[in-house]
Amino acid sequence: MTRSVTVLETGALTTLQDAGRPGQGALGIGRSGACDRASYRLANRLVGSPPDAAVLEVTFGGLALRADHDVLVVTTGARCEGQVPHNAPTPLRSGAELRLGAPASGLRTYVAVRGGFAVEPVLGSRSTDVLAGLGPAAVTTDDVLAVGEPASPVPGIDLAPVPDPEEGDVTLRVLPGPRRDWFTGDAWASLVTQSYTVTTDSNRVGVRLDGEPLERARTDELPSEGLVRGALQIPPSGKPVLFLADHPVTGGYPVIAYVVDDDVDRCAQLRPGQSLLLRESAL
Amino acid sequence: MRVLPSGSTALLVELDDLDEVLWLYAALVDDRPEGVVDVVPAARTVLLVTDPAATSLSAVAEAVRRTTPRHDQRGAGELVEVAVTYDGDDLEEVAHLLDCDAAELVRRHTADEWTVAFCGFTPGFGYLTSRTWQLDAPRRDSPRKQVPPGSVALAGEFSGVYPRESPGGWQLIGRTDLAVFDLSRDPAALLRPGVRVRFVDEGRA
Repeated sequence: MTRSVTVLETGALTTLQDAGRPGQGALGIGRSGACDRASYRLANRLVGSPPDAAVLEVTFGGLALRADHDVLVVTTGARCEGQVPHNAPTPLRSGAELRLGAPASGLRTYVAVRGGFAVEPVLGSRSTDVLAGLGPAAVTTDDVLAVGEPASPVPGIDLAPVPDPEEGDVTLRVLPGPRRDWFTGDAWASLVTQSYTVTTDSNRVGVRLDGEPLERARTDELPSEGLVRGALQIPPSGKPVLFLADHPVTGGYPVIAYVVDDDVDRCAQLRPGQSLLLRESAL
Repeated sequence: MRVLPSGSTALLVELDDLDEVLWLYAALVDDRPEGVVDVVPAARTVLLVTDPAATSLSAVAEAVRRTTPRHDQRGAGELVEVAVTYDGDDLEEVAHLLDCDAAELVRRHTADEWTVAFCGFTPGFGYLTSRTWQLDAPRRDSPRKQVPPGSVALAGEFSGVYPRESPGGWQLIGRTDLAVFDLSRDPAALLRPGVRVRFVDEGRA
């Protein structure tokens, strides 16, 4: 018998996500996958699912599920209001509901179920890539999501002591990118000293930052080149786009800097209106 | 060859021209440095994405510098034939811009083999180049909001086939029924880097 959960409400955007589609960039296929990889991995670990099992990525809470069978669930990432099993795996009995309110801090909550969500993979992954339009469609009300068979024992962790996403100013470490020399020295100084604001024009593709525009030292056109998540690309507006999981495989505007990979997961929890400071780091 | 930093997990190798990209990419696909999880060619660059747990950026940079480019790459890949109806909305205009007529443009487009240099823009969209294609087609001043799937197009030194409906600024010269990206097929993408392409004129509709 296939177990399942039924979606009652989705909130602003709920998608299925896993570890993504690595190694297919040469075909124009991006990595995608969970935006906050650390929270994703933790969620699967807490319910004893494989590290690449599919979970739900919920944007700003609002998801409601009903268990159609007994399942074990957990939420990680942004902690939502309500009776929520945050960082603490909890049985959800058949007929019981899980309702996520709005998160107190952070943006993205991960809902893992023991056994993982058993949707059909596309090109090796169950992740929805919103830019490329690959993978399962975004989750909608009345979706019945099949739950896979558990493969390994429950690890027996009652509660994972991890900090909630930050409120207020967020500081991220950055490294020079491949096209730092396409900008003036003043532009670099401005990048790593000014306070940016996260705009509402942000999604799984990237976070658009508002601030003092950065001035280019050269104005010729850059042939498109490959990039990875964490890239800070500077479009003609001079205001950075910080790329996340569904970034384009290649980009035609210069990448001035990269957020250090260990800090990129925190970018996935940035909320519109939050202040962001970028600080120069060393490899 | 310049090795440029791309954060804590990747390196961007910048080369002098597209041929050097093809040669280095072919060599890296054959003999991928340890710990490299993705190799992404583009017009002048090759991006190497690493697994930081498996290697260091300095080790990968060193491996790339030691890599011998494969100069025999062009002409070695699988050949895909693309049957085209040359009736694109921009055919006459782009022929005029390139100082020839539509028939001459079609003759040149079908005259020689093309090679997929790299992919990008959307899954399965290949940027094709040809040794004998000497034309440089400007992009449209204003991109179309919807380009139909299967549209055969030109931009700059490149030709391409739109895998599915999408916005696009390339000049449309024809269309094909061939599905260049099909998730029900393995591999889904027909036009992978190194694949050779011959466009065949199906006659004007």
